[in-house]
Amino acid sequence: MIEGILIGLTTALTFQNILMVMVGCFFGTIIGMLPGLGPMTAIALMIPITYGFDPATGLILMAGVYYGAVFGGSTSSILLNAPGVPGTVATSFDGYPMAQQGKAGKALAIAAWSSFAGGTLSAIYLLFMAPSLSKVSLSFRSPDYFALMILGLTAIAAFSSKGQFLKAMMMVVLGLMLASVGQDSLSDITRFTFNNMNLTDGISFVLVVMATFAMSEALTIILKRNDPTSAAKQVSLTELGSIKINKEERTKMYKTIPRSSVIGFLIGVLPGAGATIASFLAYGMERNVVNDEEKEKFGKGSVNGLSAPETANNAACSGSFVPMLTLGIPGSGTTAVMLGALLGFGVQPGPRLYMTNPEIFWSIIMSMYIGMVILLILNLPLIPYIARILAVPKNYLIPLILFFSITGIYVMSFNNFDIYLMIGIAVVATFMRLYDFPMPPLILAFVLGGLMEENLRRSLLLSNGSWEFLWDRTLTLCILLTTILIVVWHFYKTIIKK
Amino acid sequence: MNINTTKVISLLFFIFSAFYLYTAYQIQVFAFDENAPFNARTFPIYLGYTGLFFSGLKIILPDPNTIKVQHKTLEYKKTAILIVIAIIYGSTILKVGYFLTTSLFLFSSYYFLGERRWVLMFLLSFPFVAAFMYLLHGVLDIYLRDPFLQSIGVMG
Repeated sequence: MIEGILIGLTTALTFQNILMVMVGCFFGTIIGMLPGLGPMTAIALMIPITYGFDPATGLILMAGVYYGAVFGGSTSSILLNAPGVPGTVATSFDGYPMAQQGKAGKALAIAAWSSFAGGTLSAIYLLFMAPSLSKVSLSFRSPDYFALMILGLTAIAAFSSKGQFLKAMMMVVLGLMLASVGQDSLSDITRFTFNNMNLTDGISFVLVVMATFAMSEALTIILKRNDPTSAAKQVSLTELGSIKINKEERTKMYKTIPRSSVIGFLIGVLPGAGATIASFLAYGMERNVVNDEEKEKFGKGSVNGLSAPETANNAACSGSFVPMLTLGIPGSGTTAVMLGALLGFGVQPGPRLYMTNPEIFWSIIMSMYIGMVILLILNLPLIPYIARILAVPKNYLIPLILFFSITGIYVMSFNNFDIYLMIGIAVVATFMRLYDFPMPPLILAFVLGGLMEENLRRSLLLSNGSWEFLWDRTLTLCILLTTILIVVWHFYKTIIKK
Repeated sequence: MNINTTKVISLLFFIFSAFYLYTAYQIQVFAFDENAPFNARTFPIYLGYTGLFFSGLKIILPDPNTIKVQHKTLEYKKTAILIVIAIIYGSTILKVGYFLTTSLFLFSSYYFLGERRWVLMFLLSFPFVAAFMYLLHGVLDIYLRDPFLQSIGVMG
């Protein structure tokens, strides 16, 4: 492991990679801050830029954008009560009341320190857990992988949107259907191309991400421009107040941060869960743990109530890298985008990644530490200035997002058809978003589609067409039972609620 | 059973899945692969049935979380204009070139979204695209096709 850490440090500490972490954190913070634009959009917009880099540098840039965007989301939560990303919704519960009391600067500082601590602690957990899990995952066979993908897709559908499980499952199927377009990987038979040569190689991953996130996000913002419920509130940037945290507040944070970071990391590791659930769980747990006097302050500007979700959502970000790096199966929509980008670089994440490409594996982990420090250095003194980004007029923001999306496809294919296809998918996605059809399950399914078919093919061929492979191995059976448990639990909760 | 837009979308998805399933059955596989446990049409067929299953459930089951969209407050006109501009941009980018089409796309988008600060609009279109082009083409060495700039001798 020491050797790996040194390899990682050597790669992460090059001038170019440190610069990429800084650029990633900075742009991630800015994009994440803008309500409606989350880490997936931020990473999607960065993909064209990464074409010019080697895989390690490209991934370091995207990782920087990821935790920068998660932190940026908390700024709009605190200042506007308009979370930039779902993972920072819980931050607004106590962050916004604190800002209304004239302590916006303090709230932002608590969020920055909590994010830093959560991210750093979980990077330490990742450092120890990832190699061990890689060794365990070497024993995984095709049926286990197939079952694990079913688990990941079901879990992301169950957790993605409250009471919208069927909608999310429909998006999963749609994602898998889109992934099936083009040549079959083994027989080279073309499927669903309707004799259109442009579809022979399938639909590009970047195209689907740009269309369903960046572009449809921009169209949704324009569409809902006059919607009174989504109209952006104005923030008074002159009333941020002091960013100093006193001793009593620090003491509270010292207790909250370790427990929230553990919860965040563990939830982040689970496929389909991620920052949103982690932040809500940490908030709920913190409320149950604190004394009655402190409990009363929850929802009215509690330090614990703000620190817990902020720690947990950053810890979950690092946690979500575990299944992606060790199993090659992304645990969230955001890591699915990163996995797609890695595959684009010709790198296959999985249990052998840390043996075949140790510089990528370890440099991502080491760059997380650097990223956390940079985020803190960048965000604390720049809080009043960065907050001004919230005032960027949508008249400029929307065309620029569309421009980045179309450029991303243009530099990749130099093909008009891809641009039309992207606009078409974006229009459909915008309409579906209006009716609460979640997009992350679609992306995860699209990325996993090829791998899923491959593993099902191997499993069925080895078992001579019998589905017994699903319960032949204890590991496969355990994963499937977990999947069933998630579905049953989800329906039980829905019925109980009624 | 209430017929709301979510159910209409689910019905459309049901029809789409049926069409997908029909097309999956039409996939031509090699003769020796026809009776194999797994061939090019196996996975799509499962997907087609799964799509029918979930969309069918969504249509049949009651929808407790009905989404009500306030269509009157939505900006359909501006969104449609923006989509049309994007299509025009997409159709001209290869023939005319990246710099001119992108700059005009940005400038016209700002205009149609209601912006009238001409200097800012100009700065955030032509010089901005030039700087971005330099970053991609000059610094990151990513090829950008631009017949217009080539014709006037700016780009090699």
